[in-house]
Amino acid sequence: MDETIAEFIRRTILKIPMSEMMTVLEAWNFLSESQLQTLNLRQRKDSLAQSVVLLCEEKCASLSDAALLDIVCTQVHRHQKIWDVYQMSKGPGEDLDLFDIEQFKSSFKKILQRALRNVTVSFRDAEENAVWIRIAWGTQYTKPNQYKPTYVVYYSHTPYAFTSSSRLKSNIPLLGQALTVASKHHQIVKMDLRSRYLDSLKAIVFKQYNQNFEIHNPTAPLQERSVGLDINTDSRIIHENAVEKDKVQRITQETFGDYPQPRLEFAQYKFWKAAMLTTTPQTPTQSLQFHNRFLETKFKSDLNGGILADREEPLRCLIKFSSPHLLEALKSLAPAGIADAPLSPLLTCIPSRGMNYFKIRDK
Amino acid sequence: MSVLRPLDKLPGLNTATVLLVGADDALLQQLADSMLKTDCASELRVHLARSLPLPSNVNRPRVDLLVFVINLHSKYSLQSVEKSLHHVDASFFLGKACFLATGAGRENLCSVHRNTVVRLAHTYRSPVLFCDLEVEGSRAAMAQRLARMLQISAGHVPGVSAMSLLSLLRSSESPSLEDL
Repeated sequence: MDETIAEFIRRTILKIPMSEMMTVLEAWNFLSESQLQTLNLRQRKDSLAQSVVLLCEEKCASLSDAALLDIVCTQVHRHQKIWDVYQMSKGPGEDLDLFDIEQFKSSFKKILQRALRNVTVSFRDAEENAVWIRIAWGTQYTKPNQYKPTYVVYYSHTPYAFTSSSRLKSNIPLLGQALTVASKHHQIVKMDLRSRYLDSLKAIVFKQYNQNFEIHNPTAPLQERSVGLDINTDSRIIHENAVEKDKVQRITQETFGDYPQPRLEFAQYKFWKAAMLTTTPQTPTQSLQFHNRFLETKFKSDLNGGILADREEPLRCLIKFSSPHLLEALKSLAPAGIADAPLSPLLTCIPSRGMNYFKIRDK
Repeated sequence: MSVLRPLDKLPGLNTATVLLVGADDALLQQLADSMLKTDCASELRVHLARSLPLPSNVNRPRVDLLVFVINLHSKYSLQSVEKSLHHVDASFFLGKACFLATGAGRENLCSVHRNTVVRLAHTYRSPVLFCDLEVEGSRAAMAQRLARMLQISAGHVPGVSAMSLLSLLRSSESPSLEDL
């Protein structure tokens, strides 16, 4: 077994937390049962990694086996990568061919290998007709860099593919081309949707988010589910605006629904405006932070004109909302009394339009 | 147009009613709970409202003290209070109204400056109180203070009236506030 492969396997093992070690190794399905039983999980991780490498040497692990281990690790820790979404489309009048997964795989690999002599491509099938592809990029003259691979998750019965954002941006067009041609599509377009949570991206893109999942309790009465505060039993406290509160709850429920929201961490809005922009920053609860760059607030015109008068170039402004769970935070804004209901459609359209990066031009 | 008036109803026997107005529901609820836990000789009643005007079809007791709660972390909260102020009769501001600003301690989350609230209170000639409603101790102390103010406004404390309390509170203001 090559030294580089041994080192690669060793470093991959070191990235796995001890609690998940056995799960990953079993899912990898390369080492035999008896070999796995010889591993002592109570030792330090570097000694464990060494033992695993020795076992792999016994079985003469190849690069593709090591790459498969890397895929399994990434599948378990998919939220450690940021995923972009690509949508492919067929040309007009093209038939829907029967999809042959093996043909797709060989075609995809061939295209990449023809373009760059040195590239490692590995596949792993997953549930729901998904195939995970790992690509380690090299060039005509250098060997593939196994430590900066790109992952693609392609759902074969849909035109959607999810790729992990990589720093090697020059390979993205080639990747897009390979995907399009191998899957017999005509065109590929990058969607303005990006997140760490692959399952949420899937839910948004396949429109599966508006279904109630198992965790939701359908038997609880509506009031208890929607009211965030505890129902106070003290009769000396009287809520005067109960009608308004109900209205806000109703509007929120109509906009966001009863179901748990898909998980996103960012929403970014780029504004280009010829005239002045007035925005009011707010800091709501649930750690929704409002970052603003180039923020211009109210501009009072004075006789001298000031710096911002008579601008010829359009004004640019970037507003980014970030939160551990953006959509749930937006949903709680109106009931918490931090914003008016209904919220701006720019915020509420995120799951339905499948975008969280917006470019808004003021014409 | 329903305007809130201080003396349009007869008082209840030994009852004092405070109306807390503010956009932040959770904070108002917590303050109300703290106020009811205080040891008070009068029977307290707390009404919570997100904004004024209040719905007119409800039979409610006379409001003895009006507290506007502004969360310094939220500009919306300030705007909501400013809008509500238009629906209050001027005679409330003779000692029966005050402003409560919460959240000044966490400077990085504040989007409303303290001085904005100070200026607002100064315009309405009413006292402004600062506290952190999210901290148990601060909230309990403020609740006790408000309960005492409520008793005075309701006339339950002999010898002290709402107007005299107002003038007592005002003398502690620094003279530079007059320049604001």
